[in-house]
Amino acid sequence: MLKSIQEINEKIRRGQAVVITAEEVIQAVAEKGVKKVAREVDVVTTGTFGSMCSSGAYINVGHSKPRIKFGGGVAYLNGVPTYAGFAAVDLFIGSNALPDNDPRNKIHPGEFNYGGGHVIEDMVSGKDIKLVARAYGTDCYPRKKLETYINIKDLNEAVLFNPRNAYQNYNVAVNTSSKTIYTYMGVLRPNMGNVSFSSAGQLSPLLKDPYYQTIGIGTRIFLGGGIGYVAWNGTQHNPNVKRGDNGVPVESAGTLAVIGDLKQMNSRWLRGMSWYGYGCSLAVGIGIPIPILSEEILSHAAVKDEDLYGTIIDYSSNYPNREPGTLGQVSYAQLKSGEIEIQGKKVPTASLSSYSRAIEIAGILKEWIQKGEFELTEAVAPLPGVDSGVSFKPLKERPIGEDYTNDGYF
Amino acid sequence: MAISRRVVLHFDKDIVGQSIVCRLAKDMDLEFNIIRAYVTPEEEGLLVMELSGAASNYEEGMRYLSQMGVVVQSLNQDVVRDEVKCTHCGACVNICPAKAFTVDMASRKIDFAGDKCVACGLCIKACPARAMEARF
Repeated sequence: MLKSIQEINEKIRRGQAVVITAEEVIQAVAEKGVKKVAREVDVVTTGTFGSMCSSGAYINVGHSKPRIKFGGGVAYLNGVPTYAGFAAVDLFIGSNALPDNDPRNKIHPGEFNYGGGHVIEDMVSGKDIKLVARAYGTDCYPRKKLETYINIKDLNEAVLFNPRNAYQNYNVAVNTSSKTIYTYMGVLRPNMGNVSFSSAGQLSPLLKDPYYQTIGIGTRIFLGGGIGYVAWNGTQHNPNVKRGDNGVPVESAGTLAVIGDLKQMNSRWLRGMSWYGYGCSLAVGIGIPIPILSEEILSHAAVKDEDLYGTIIDYSSNYPNREPGTLGQVSYAQLKSGEIEIQGKKVPTASLSSYSRAIEIAGILKEWIQKGEFELTEAVAPLPGVDSGVSFKPLKERPIGEDYTNDGYF
Repeated sequence: MAISRRVVLHFDKDIVGQSIVCRLAKDMDLEFNIIRAYVTPEEEGLLVMELSGAASNYEEGMRYLSQMGVVVQSLNQDVVRDEVKCTHCGACVNICPAKAFTVDMASRKIDFAGDKCVACGLCIKACPARAMEARF
């Protein structure tokens, strides 16, 4: 080991840490080589900004007088249903939640103009939010109805808690059918009319630490413009996928569950999204520092778009039907050139995450560290790695049969 | 009185296959100049064109188009980008038939060339950040 996180933090406190972004490190290594740069550079900063559907926030609104217990009742924020199954005044709002009266895809493709992601954006912007709740009433929580404005500044807690963010690589989407499809990978034109991709490639956090050698549970990160932490591995974390010779997954692999104080975040980095024909989501800005503890860690952090590959998936049949099969692999350099070739056809490409915002995040995080405002953390526990046996299991359906209709759920 | 108007014609997928525009010339003596066309079988088609001719014929042409189920939109509308809302992702880039959006290779930001825009509005709903707005 060249240096420890403690030593890097001492340099950060003295204002002497050498910090560069995951883009800048590529150039540095090309010029000076891994050996030299690994000794010179203390931290490499990464960044990504895109729709991350598995996101949400929990809030505690304080107790009304007389008291009400949302738990077991229902609660809405700006007309969007929340999860109210906790105690009295805790609520969780998910980014994909939609108002009960949203037409959804009744007239396809639906517009999905306002949902949970937008509530989170409005809340973090300091706008007043309408809270409407109905409860059943108890001796200790007698109130059955609450309608009030709330504001983030008055809440006891407002915490962004995203079960799955920062995917280590992601599908490259295409549509081989003869009609336009509307997906979370954007509008996909027929007959492979366009290709969309989402990963930030050479700036994407987990692509720059492919074996989770530095990013782990407890890692302090840039989250939504504030400071957050890696809480756990994300859902669907899947370290055991195909990897390239450089060790980097060539398909969707690791994920992160992240958490942080929503009160110190801002709407530039948390944006409600409306995916035509698909639904609402939240675009989340995440930046993760990679401490350069060894030459190996540096060489992973310096992998460039030319050597990072994504897998092309047909979203008209294979993806929705969960059928195996791909249309090959393509490098992020090719994807970012604006055009790729699939089965002999030239197809225009576009990113759905904002690479310019990813650059900005890596730059902000770099500045925070240089100014001594952000110190690095030692992971409390590692993320499940390739030897963990963790895999991404599909659902094995076990039909309920006649009981299904008797439960009265649907 | 002779007039000349720029219009955007939206053809529902059910009528894309029909010959409609040629009737404007044959039956209503309107000259048409196709500025842009965006027609894919089984999909909504879109024609941006300039129509010239007698005012009464133009009116008749508009009535005919609407009877045929063509949605006519005048080109006096502008689509503008809200620079605060735009996150520069790229969801619009390959949706625009006029190629008004391009990726700046250095900054990776999305440039919007208003002069190329034909105000068809396809980007408005395709933009997940709802940064594109129609102004009349």
